[in-house]
Amino acid sequence: MKHKTLKYKHMVLVFAESQKGNFKKTAFEAVTYGYKTAQALGTECVALALGTANNAADLGLYGASKVLHVADAAVDQIDGQVYAKVIADLSQQVGATVIVLSHTSTGKSIHGRLAARLGAGSVAGVNSIPTVDGGFKVKKGVFSGKAIAEYEIKSAVKVLSVMGNSLQPAIVGSAAPIEAIAVAIPASRIKVKSVSRIEGIVPLPEAELVVSAGRGLKGPENWGIIEDLAATLGATTACSRPVADVHWRPHHEHVGQTGIAIRPNLYIAIGISGAIQHLAGVNNSKTIVVINKDPEAPFFKAADYGVVGDLFEVVPALNEAIKKYKAAQG
Amino acid sequence: MKLLVCVSKTPDTTTKIVFNTSNTELDTNGVQYIMNPYDEWYALVRALELKEIFGGTVTLINVGSTENDQVIRKGLAIGADDAVRIDLNPQSALSVAYQIAEYARQESYDLILLGKETIDYNGSEIGAMIAEYLDQPFISYASKLDIADGKTASIQREIEGGVEELEVETPFVVSAAKGLAEQRIPNMKGIMMAKSKALKVVAPAAFEDQAVAVQYTLPPAKSSVKMIAPDQMEELVKLLHEEAKVI
Repeated sequence: MKHKTLKYKHMVLVFAESQKGNFKKTAFEAVTYGYKTAQALGTECVALALGTANNAADLGLYGASKVLHVADAAVDQIDGQVYAKVIADLSQQVGATVIVLSHTSTGKSIHGRLAARLGAGSVAGVNSIPTVDGGFKVKKGVFSGKAIAEYEIKSAVKVLSVMGNSLQPAIVGSAAPIEAIAVAIPASRIKVKSVSRIEGIVPLPEAELVVSAGRGLKGPENWGIIEDLAATLGATTACSRPVADVHWRPHHEHVGQTGIAIRPNLYIAIGISGAIQHLAGVNNSKTIVVINKDPEAPFFKAADYGVVGDLFEVVPALNEAIKKYKAAQG
Repeated sequence: MKLLVCVSKTPDTTTKIVFNTSNTELDTNGVQYIMNPYDEWYALVRALELKEIFGGTVTLINVGSTENDQVIRKGLAIGADDAVRIDLNPQSALSVAYQIAEYARQESYDLILLGKETIDYNGSEIGAMIAEYLDQPFISYASKLDIADGKTASIQREIEGGVEELEVETPFVVSAAKGLAEQRIPNMKGIMMAKSKALKVVAPAAFEDQAVAVQYTLPPAKSSVKMIAPDQMEELVKLLHEEAKVI
């Protein structure tokens, strides 16, 4: 017997994050997630943009049927408390039953607030599309990537934040119409003194390619071969905790249990033994390459590809091999 | 200053994760439990440092059963003044936040601190939820927190690829990232004193969970590593392109 899954009409609202008004991969991933969820529910996916929005129409490419845009300068400052109220009010105005956010520092400052404000069941960091037959269920990683939990959400309104790099943005449509929408905006209680980002590199939490190194490098002066390999690949550099602790590398490069957790397509670990605390930060990588002179290094058990050898020879050789491959590609 | 530090009990990092036969719960046999490192090393220690500057009290709060008392006592040994445990095995993050907010509402804390996430559920949700229930600002990923006059806080916050410098007035909720403080190990005096510090058990407020974990699975086992000789880097590149499809 086919169970009726829809007790009420569904509508998926995606909060699309932008950086200085530009929507990029993070926003496109969220819209793709919202679109696929809407498809499963038999409804439409609408995007929401707050503040300056330069390429909002692009959200339509990924499946937004339209973009609701609050153009007020008061929402150019990202304040989770302000955003949560605005998104909650708008979601009620449009009858949204599923609210999708990105699981980023911005998304996390809003997600929990929406759940509390709306009394909504929420799952943070989902990594796959919900199943909707016989109940709304969705999965996320738990125990620092060692297991997967499936949650069932019973409330009428559901709030989901999407883990970065858990799905590929997919072009399914064309430029979306943009609809201006007005909403009361409360004053922010937070003063932003400055925002500084390292320009020109993909931040580690968003990086698809990562080259990482540890104590096997023997000293900070030897990192040139790591940086060269990263430059050849267009990868972001990372490091293990011990070398961040002794300031061989900046602490924002430290990946691991108490550092940053990453989800790249490719993680190359050089001169890192593979302690459990390090693995906890990188075990969601799609492909792991381990280069280490010690054949007993525990990291080889977690690797897809392994090279036992002197990294001071292997890394430059790998760098050359990739350069040759890229040149041949044209 | 009146400070509240929310602490969680989590399995130790090295725990091998195994579930019960119905895959509905963690199998706790042989699991070593610790205080969530972000709560212990960063949130709690920064709270103690602020108390050392401004005077006042540091209270721990946890939502759980008596099994959590050992971890709470460790927090008292590190230096907290007293503790509250809401006697409930929570089934969702929102439930934990609701209980903490209901308790905090009666007490007027200047600052509520907690770790940026727990190492078991990795949700980074509870701080934002508590702040919304209490209608307070929430600052996440604080790697520096100074309070000039006991009222106006200057905070350095970690964002993707950078930092923000913010200013906000108490009361507010803040989650702690690496750098906020340095881990403290409890000494013998602290451990002895912890035994006589108050650990109040409070009945939970009524609350209905809206999102509950119903099933756990382990990720598909990785097939064994493919070893490549160090003089065969072109072969590795070929595999990364053709087999792994990552370059």
